[in-house]
Amino acid sequence: MVGAVQAKAPHGRLPVNSVQRRKRRRQWLPYVLLIPAIVMELLIHIIPMLIGVVMSFFKMTQLYLGNWQQAPFAHLDNYRLAMDFNQPAGKALLHSFAVTIAFTVIVLAISWSLGLVAAVLTQRLFRGRGVVRTLLLIPFALPIFASVITWNFMAQRDTGVINHVLVNQLHLTAGNPFWLIGGNSFVTLTLVVVWRTWPFAFLMMSAGMQSIPADVYEAAVLDGAGIVTQLRRVTLPLLAPVNRVLVLVLFLWTFNDFTTPYTLFGDTTPVQADLISIHIYQNSFGTWNFGTGSAMSVLLLLFLMVVTGLYLFFVNRRTDSA
Amino acid sequence: MHEPNWFRWTRRVGLFVLLVFTLVPIYVMVSSAVKPLQDVQGVFTWWPSHFTLAPFNDMWTTIPLGRYFVNSLVVASASSLASVLIALLAAYSISRYRFRGRQTFSVVVLSTQMFPGILFLLPLFVMFVNISNVTGINLYGSRLGLILTFLTFTLPFAIWMLIGYIDSIPRELDEAALIDGNGPLGALFRVVVPAAIPGIVAVGIYAFMTAWGEVLFASIMTDDTTRTLAVGLRGYATQNNVYWNQIMAASLTVSVPIVIGFLLLQKFMVAGLTAGSVK
Repeated sequence: MVGAVQAKAPHGRLPVNSVQRRKRRRQWLPYVLLIPAIVMELLIHIIPMLIGVVMSFFKMTQLYLGNWQQAPFAHLDNYRLAMDFNQPAGKALLHSFAVTIAFTVIVLAISWSLGLVAAVLTQRLFRGRGVVRTLLLIPFALPIFASVITWNFMAQRDTGVINHVLVNQLHLTAGNPFWLIGGNSFVTLTLVVVWRTWPFAFLMMSAGMQSIPADVYEAAVLDGAGIVTQLRRVTLPLLAPVNRVLVLVLFLWTFNDFTTPYTLFGDTTPVQADLISIHIYQNSFGTWNFGTGSAMSVLLLLFLMVVTGLYLFFVNRRTDSA
Repeated sequence: MHEPNWFRWTRRVGLFVLLVFTLVPIYVMVSSAVKPLQDVQGVFTWWPSHFTLAPFNDMWTTIPLGRYFVNSLVVASASSLASVLIALLAAYSISRYRFRGRQTFSVVVLSTQMFPGILFLLPLFVMFVNISNVTGINLYGSRLGLILTFLTFTLPFAIWMLIGYIDSIPRELDEAALIDGNGPLGALFRVVVPAAIPGIVAVGIYAFMTAWGEVLFASIMTDDTTRTLAVGLRGYATQNNVYWNQIMAASLTVSVPIVIGFLLLQKFMVAGLTAGSVK
């Protein structure tokens, strides 16, 4: 494209020497435009990340947080502590990791399915479709903390709507169960995150379906395809590019979720709902041992990079062969 | 197109169930915000014993909600404005020029977007503390410090989205501006920016929304004077009495502008969010 500009320029009103000057200027101009972004990227991403990696090899305890140049080198001690699954710290990290994986898989499966169902059900025009779509999107638009606070109120043992419906109106259990501590806290957390996440899947898949041309469906109908066959043979294959991105984004959001458990459970997260971000956070700011916290963060990053890399590799390979 | 009866009924039932699931929490929020205190202290009731707007009045004095509101407004506006400005220059450069390092920059921006915030929180905290110890500049607990940390997620998002928008503006437009004697910066601000206004506004508002709801950095990097709404609303729960009606009123109040902004921008947002995947 730059070539096109240069080729055009001599035919314009510009004198030749100005074009040459511009050519030279064009070589540094893109870099100049990038300077603010590069400075900020260095300041808020690159340098902190490098410092984080360095910190994971040092004994960064409360004593050294304010004078980091005096922190003693710790070799691999932080990693050893985080990865020793026979010791309490390693065991807790492994447990938190397992909880996060289970949580992510469940949330992803339910959110994606609900999103697909809603997108298919609202694909054809019917009366009230616009209103229904808008209402279904509200959970995604609400600030997370505001909706999670509402769920916290709903999940209260004695004053919440959940127990009111289950116990007083449907008489399903005798006593009022707890929803924010114990095993049930995992259920509540999953429910809240699904409530907030599935509209995004719906939004993306609806948008993807709108870009499928109507004549593809007409051709399918002529071939005798019913609604289910259309979904399997037309909609899902043509939705694949959207789904490739959607699944990755949903995975990263859900796996890294901090706001929901933090707002839902307050300062004491139940172990059954101890997501990895919360775990590292409470470990670091509870004990002020940033060395171990950094080591855990680096391990988390490595895991995410491996998973994302493998995902992109397999998805791309499947696309190439298809 | 012909629709079988079973599909029509599946649609009615399916959408009804999804609407109930979606709307019950919103109903609880709205209806509890207009309840007197005794209604939210006992067993849940679907309907207020009597309708009152008092929670919307009292919520400002139980916690310093007004101060939190101002803090959120300042921090979210500043971080979204700064990220849009920085991102605009970067996106123009990436979209219109081919140069060495272009690919690297894009990959770094895209990948930092997927990294968990906790990865940046610990080192940024240590950096702020040490900067303050050495230079006396206090970033920790200040609004400026919070704005900087918010850029960790608003900036890569803004760069990425704006590259998409500027890519979609025909290059013939800025080529025409260049031929008319404008410099590249003239082409950017006289031609590309006006054409990209819808995208710029959408990206700015989305950045504002994410900053408005951010909890991880805000929970560490703020003190009593700089606390934002996302963290400050927890203050209601630490009172002797839990004023659930006021909490719901405050949650509703801080949500309404955000939801309206989202619904207004829904079309842009969908176009922007799906641009990368549909292409």
